[in-house]
Amino acid sequence: MNDSVYDGLLGGDSSQWAFGTDFEDPLAGVDTSVPAGIDAAELAAYCLMLGDDTLVLSQRLSEWCSRAPELEEDIALANMALDLLGQARLLLARAAAADPACVPSLPAGSPVPDEDALAFFRDAGQFRNVRMAEVPNGDFAHVVVRLLLFSNARLAILSRLRDSADAVLAAVAAKGVKELTYHRDWAGRWFVTCAQGTEESRRRLIDALGMLWPLYDELFAAHPVERSLAAAGAGVDPETVRAEADVVLDQVFAVADVPRPPLVGVRGRTGRDGLHTEALSLMLAEMQVVARAHPSGRW
Amino acid sequence: MTGDRRDWPLYEVFLRGKRGLNHVHVGSLHAPDDAFALSHARDVYTRRNEGVSIWVVRADAITASSPDEKDPLFAPSGDKVYRHPTFYEIPADVPHM
Repeated sequence: MNDSVYDGLLGGDSSQWAFGTDFEDPLAGVDTSVPAGIDAAELAAYCLMLGDDTLVLSQRLSEWCSRAPELEEDIALANMALDLLGQARLLLARAAAADPACVPSLPAGSPVPDEDALAFFRDAGQFRNVRMAEVPNGDFAHVVVRLLLFSNARLAILSRLRDSADAVLAAVAAKGVKELTYHRDWAGRWFVTCAQGTEESRRRLIDALGMLWPLYDELFAAHPVERSLAAAGAGVDPETVRAEADVVLDQVFAVADVPRPPLVGVRGRTGRDGLHTEALSLMLAEMQVVARAHPSGRW
Repeated sequence: MTGDRRDWPLYEVFLRGKRGLNHVHVGSLHAPDDAFALSHARDVYTRRNEGVSIWVVRADAITASSPDEKDPLFAPSGDKVYRHPTFYEIPADVPHM
């Protein structure tokens, strides 16, 4: 007999781990050459956009650790944070492999891998994430609404990105689709539950939607790099998936009996251009302080 | 649903592993309804790739034997070794025995 039921379930075999238990190089054994017809610097910039979205949102979700209203939801939020962190790691590693010039320089001999250098040694102005990902957490309804809006939009993009001319992006997208499908399912269920729950839960949900809705349009505002990569067959122009994402969102709103707020358009420079809210600097200060204090540290 | 945790019923969670034939009891959790119980079970008990199938059932739906009944229920079978099919020879050409 096994000492733990889990021993029996796993059978002492660790081959189920997607990347083994050796996390040295996330792209080990993968062909990272840039396909013909695609500009390497643009591909790297595009990977940073998608990767920064998931890195920053992952950090926000991690801040929920030990603070969720229920133990089960605490773990659910941590699970989703780790899913997004895994996507970020692959995307940042892909950016570094496509264009090593995008990686911040570190002291000679530093063992910090490229994706960590990108995550921990860039300032807010160099991050390319949408602002939806960075705004501070609020109550539980806030994280539900943020995850619903983000995961729904990202799922539509990754579904198409599975056909990317860049095999690495296609593989990251294929992995991400499964994860984001669950995130959207989780957020959608809680969205409806809060909306149809008590007067207080509905009030909080509507408030959270009011706070986050002005940032919704930016999820679909195409940056020139996104347009260029889409034209080359390696990326997805977010404007082209907006209609299908909206259809899903409208279904959730209808079931929840929540009116869709009027569209608030985004103008001028956005997170994709490095223009952020002050909240990002504060978040990064906490996230990066230990790594920056020890640029030659080994973890 | 209610916001009061004390009103969330207890659920028992059963998982079937990749190579397992039967679902195995792995633990319990609280959830407001069956759908959330399944979701919670996925989040809490399958993080390390343990399962390919989940059953959840409300703990109050399980009818269990009482420890007080242990003797009348189980002691009578203790001395009936002849119920094990070990008193005949298995022919050599019968496989999978």
